[in-house]
Amino acid sequence: MLEIKNLHAKIDEKVILNGLDLVVPTGEVHAIMGPNGAGKSTLSYVLSGRAGYQVTEGTATLDGQDLLAIAPNERAALGLFLAFQYPVELPGVGNANFLRTAMNAQRRARGETELDALQFLKLARVEMKKLSMDDAMLKRNVNVGFSGGEKKRNEVLQMALLKPSLAILDETDSGLDIDALRIVADGVNAQRGPNFSALVITHYQRLLDYIVPDRVHVLASGRIIRSGGPELALELERDGYAQVIAAAA
Amino acid sequence: MQAATASFLARFAGLKFRLPGDLAVREAACAQLIQDGLPTRALEAWKYTSLKPLAEITFAEALSDVSALDPAHLPGFFSLLPDLDLPRLVFLDGRYRADLSVLPEAGRVGQFALQPRFGARVGPLDLLNTMLAEDGVLIEIPADVDAGTVLLISLAQDTKGRPIAFHPRHRITLGDGARLELMEIAVGQGVYLHNPVYDINVGDGAQFTHLRLQDESRQAFHLASLHATLGARAIYDSFTLGLGGALARAEMQVVLGGEFGMAHLNAAQLLGGTQHGDFTTCVRHQAKHCGSRQTVKNVLAGSSRGVFQGRIEVARGADKTDGFQMNQALLLSPDAEMDSKPELQIFADDVKCSHGATVGALDEDQLFYLQSRGIDLATARSMLVRAFLAEALSQITLAPASESVIRAFLDARIETAFGGIAL
Ligand SMILES: Nc1ncnc2c1ncn2[C@@H]1O[C@H](COP(=O)(O)OP(=O)(O)OP(=O)(O)O)[C@@H](O)[C@H]1O
Ligand SMILES: [Mg+2]
Repeated sequence: MLEIKNLHAKIDEKVILNGLDLVVPTGEVHAIMGPNGAGKSTLSYVLSGRAGYQVTEGTATLDGQDLLAIAPNERAALGLFLAFQYPVELPGVGNANFLRTAMNAQRRARGETELDALQFLKLARVEMKKLSMDDAMLKRNVNVGFSGGEKKRNEVLQMALLKPSLAILDETDSGLDIDALRIVADGVNAQRGPNFSALVITHYQRLLDYIVPDRVHVLASGRIIRSGGPELALELERDGYAQVIAAAA
Repeated sequence: MQAATASFLARFAGLKFRLPGDLAVREAACAQLIQDGLPTRALEAWKYTSLKPLAEITFAEALSDVSALDPAHLPGFFSLLPDLDLPRLVFLDGRYRADLSVLPEAGRVGQFALQPRFGARVGPLDLLNTMLAEDGVLIEIPADVDAGTVLLISLAQDTKGRPIAFHPRHRITLGDGARLELMEIAVGQGVYLHNPVYDINVGDGAQFTHLRLQDESRQAFHLASLHATLGARAIYDSFTLGLGGALARAEMQVVLGGEFGMAHLNAAQLLGGTQHGDFTTCVRHQAKHCGSRQTVKNVLAGSSRGVFQGRIEVARGADKTDGFQMNQALLLSPDAEMDSKPELQIFADDVKCSHGATVGALDEDQLFYLQSRGIDLATARSMLVRAFLAEALSQITLAPASESVIRAFLDARIETAFGGIAL
């Protein structure tokens, strides 16, 4: 279970998260929607431990463990995964080597045996097939020269292989064509189960037709200003944010 | 730098009647050295590299009983060599060891000590070598012979408080259409000076692949001068990997003397602590349609210093020259420093020459991306450093038979170097 209480965070003296409360129980998928610049990506970065943010107040725990006190790789080993809004290119780092190093780092941290090259390849091929990804993607450098949609698919592939207990998907749907959207949504739905929870950040109600959330939250000005069921996304689509924000103020 | 030469001149005075070859040539080199001294930073070509630390050491002769030394007394050295059943020419403290060597089947291999011959080389370190050279390898590949892969190994043992200097004189000649792949490995322990000079001739249509792994002791001095002359359609494909030495410099002078010749002078340096590594090149395009390619990568940790000086000279009439040079440095610490000096001197028309240089640190976003996948910071850093080096390492073209072993060997040496410099 992800539990965030009264989280305040700033970057370069600019306050971005301003008393954010959020609970995602294990096994549930929650969506976060909100206007540009509201702080959605900032939340995902603060949770996953990117440098440069200063948490001035509040807590964030995953299954009772303090996330904010540990290094990003330790958070990943606990089961946290972030699908980046803008996946990073790694020239000179082969995708297969990257994926296997990541899987084995987490397996080591959890006291599991490491995968050899062949075992890895078998697993990767299965997941890539589900995502309609060409095997050749393994030989290429991580995200280098990938199209926008290919980068997003590569994020979902990482999620499928790393099997997190909490996945944060930051606009994984943007830049995807209609078929890809369905494939990626199927990829997320395949992970759903009693031990998996997700925080899906999106601007589009359409994604939530495929990944039906248990709860929808509206993030504005650094806090959750309203929460509801899937119908809240439809309301936002119809009325826009202004009305919701005004009503909450 | 008179002080620095004094100890070498004294050695020459003591040794000269025992040295092989034409004494007059050595006396001339000696006279020139007395006049010029060792280079100082006042010289443009030595602007970034000071030989002062050399002046503080008095070098003794190589141990006289070296030829009797049992290889069993060289623990560790042989584990530093690739696990390949290849011909090998082994030098210990600068002297050829026939008992440790395995000759190649093709080509002629000789010893400078037995057939001393000097090329006319006039650089200050060439002169030092000419004055004191005792041994070296002579490799001659006849026309149209493919000699395969040969290892050239230089071992220096720890002489414990009695630093030695050795000045091997190597001559490598490929006849027209000949081929040779030479992999050099220089390793050692303790303080010493390794001052090799190479005279390289690549005949028309010949191909010389020259891989140099400089992995000397971290207290050693490595000052190498290479002179290569290429015929028409000849290829000189060299790669220098500089990991060792307290002070190391490799200076390569290449003359493209026939049409359609091609020279690759690629390099990577990986330095930490107070190491100083200098890669200096001069390519002289003297004929039409020749190419030169240089990708030089420097990874600098601690307060290490990297130097790259790359000069491209295109003579009048050397039209259709195609020169490319790229030097990049990754600074892993605020105290590390890179000095880079490209120089283009072009007297021909219709020439394509480009050069570029970048200096930067590891990318924070890339580091975070790796860490967010569960990879610890140290591993993430080493992955990105490897990625940075990958472009240079991919330039090495090796014979398929030994390629994978040699690449694995280089990887392992790089990994060890990473451990030594605390990325
Ligand atoms: N390094 C920074 N310095 C100053 N302000 C920053 C910095 N990084 C982010 N911000 C600001 O923080 C605010 C929140 O940004 P964030 O990326 O979290 O928004 P978002 O909700 O993800 O928006 P979008 O929907 O456009 O992706 C924005 O106003 C942004 O400009
Ligand atoms: Mg965002």
